[in-house]
Amino acid sequence: MPPASLERRQRWAVAGLTAPAYLWLTVTVFLPLSAMLYFSFLTVAPFGGREATPTLAHYAAFLERSFYARLTLRSLRLGADVTFWCIVLGYPAAYALARHVRGRWREALFLLVVLPFWSNALVRVFSWTMVLREGGLLDSALRSVFPALPPLDLLFTYEAIVIGLVHSFLPYMILTCYVSLQAIDEAVIEAARTLGASWWTTFRRVVLPLSVPGLAAGVVLVFVPVIGSFMEPRILGGRAGTLLGTVIEDQFTVVFNWPRGAALSYILLAIVLAILALAWPLLRRHLGRG
Amino acid sequence: MQPTASSFAFRTPLTALLAGVAFALSAAAGAAELRVLNWQGYGTDEPWAVKRFAERTGVEVVHDHFNSEQEMLTKLRTSPGAYDVVLINSAFTCTAADEGLIQPIERAKITNFADLSPNMRDSAMLNCGGKLHGVAWVWGVTSFAYHTGKISPRPDSIEALWDPRFAGRVGWRDDPVEAVSFAAIALGQDPNNPSDLDAVQAKLLALKPQIRTFWSSEDEWNKHMAGGQFDIATYWSGSASRSKTAFGLPVEFVIPREGAIGWFDGLSVAAGAPNADAAHAFIDYMVDPEFYVKWDTDVGAPASANARANARLPADAFNRTVLGDPENVARLHFMAPLSDATRERFLEVWEEVKTELAQ
Repeated sequence: MPPASLERRQRWAVAGLTAPAYLWLTVTVFLPLSAMLYFSFLTVAPFGGREATPTLAHYAAFLERSFYARLTLRSLRLGADVTFWCIVLGYPAAYALARHVRGRWREALFLLVVLPFWSNALVRVFSWTMVLREGGLLDSALRSVFPALPPLDLLFTYEAIVIGLVHSFLPYMILTCYVSLQAIDEAVIEAARTLGASWWTTFRRVVLPLSVPGLAAGVVLVFVPVIGSFMEPRILGGRAGTLLGTVIEDQFTVVFNWPRGAALSYILLAIVLAILALAWPLLRRHLGRG
Repeated sequence: MQPTASSFAFRTPLTALLAGVAFALSAAAGAAELRVLNWQGYGTDEPWAVKRFAERTGVEVVHDHFNSEQEMLTKLRTSPGAYDVVLINSAFTCTAADEGLIQPIERAKITNFADLSPNMRDSAMLNCGGKLHGVAWVWGVTSFAYHTGKISPRPDSIEALWDPRFAGRVGWRDDPVEAVSFAAIALGQDPNNPSDLDAVQAKLLALKPQIRTFWSSEDEWNKHMAGGQFDIATYWSGSASRSKTAFGLPVEFVIPREGAIGWFDGLSVAAGAPNADAAHAFIDYMVDPEFYVKWDTDVGAPASANARANARLPADAFNRTVLGDPENVARLHFMAPLSDATRERFLEVWEEVKTELAQ
């Protein structure tokens, strides 16, 4: 244990190093969010000399209008589907990167994984419209190989939204899974193998449980933003693109009803927190803090 | 009421707010600057017009854009003093005036004022509290346009949008007021005050097999029509003429026999405008026939509120042949101001419909 003065110095150092970050977070995240929470309890947004009084009507509207609940279920289903495909595609990729690819190749493959981050999100989504539409890249490519295929037109469907979102969020899943997979001590796996465990048993009993923290982090990083997404659904989903996220956007941009939009956002946040709270006991077992 | 090229800029009020602040700061630097708030690609930002105005007055015109009337109002509310000239759909002019977002027009500074059509120039929608708050600029129609290479004969009924022959080929603007208005006209109701919103909702639900996708900007409309995503779609008359003239799309605009939505836009001077004198001069230039004729002929525009300007268009111009025909004009339902409560009710109807359409 360090002497008292050193300990105090360390504490100051920690405070000094973290204070800018916390100050920044307070100003940029906490203040706007609390302003929105406050607005969600007002009749109208208090701009331009408009008279605002406290009300719970915006939260009540969520219960009174059944379409809000249907849209919420739709958004949750989208979140689940996108997360599922991110795991199916991302986990094996992370596994291969962490355990079987070495040196230069790993760097090159990593570059490919993070490449989507370097382009503008809007540009990515609009390029998908060219790929997915009838007579687009995917349709033409498939039909040049199998001329007998009927025209494939995925644009403006639920599937198009899932494809676009999986593409946007896959890197998060790969990176978080990779971090926990490459941290697994090679000796543990060798021990399992020398004790006669098959590859599958080793994976199921050793590798998978040890990588759960990364998988869980990936699931949260993908699921939470996807259920609030509105840009990809609007552009790729067409008629199928109406979700809770797009309806919240409408409240802000179409009718200037910030209070209703804020209330819907906070209801969505509450649902996300409830889901995480329900999943917590399951996770805790694997995260090794139980 | 009109178009834009980039539909997703400033999607959230917060970015709109920040953009407004940034705009105000950047503008504070130059003295002889005029700040204009308008839809993108809607006349005031034509490069040749900005250049000519600068040559004559020495005033540099800078632009900021919006994608909906609500976004325009939000920008005026949250960034007072950031703008000089603002384009406002006449249905919103008195809302802006009542909130103190715009200032009265000094009529004497608008030399073309006497030439403006009295029915628009003197409309109660621009004269708020007995004072003129907007100069009537252009007017047009919201209806639909179709691809002439794919659809014939020319549809003349609004029911074309519900026609099973065009199932999955219809484009629709994602806008609650417009959606309710279209259904009301098809049902023979008053689009400004629909008598039976349940019937309107049922009519909109019947669009489920029809709609291919929603569009939100002129640019998106052109892409989808050119790419074959839709063959018939709701549209604005001025934009349709731009799609034909500037983009060479084979489209034709229809004023159906049941009627269509009419609107007119005014130019206003923002409250606290740093350069109110130049603002009046710019508005005067915008309503001048010289600017308008070049705009409509080279680019495509809605009809001018200046009768002298319309008369100088080529004889075959849409704005003379179709919109100059009193019989067509008689079928228009001009947009009236709506209360916030009505607007929110329309949005609820539309969102309920959209939820069903998404299933």
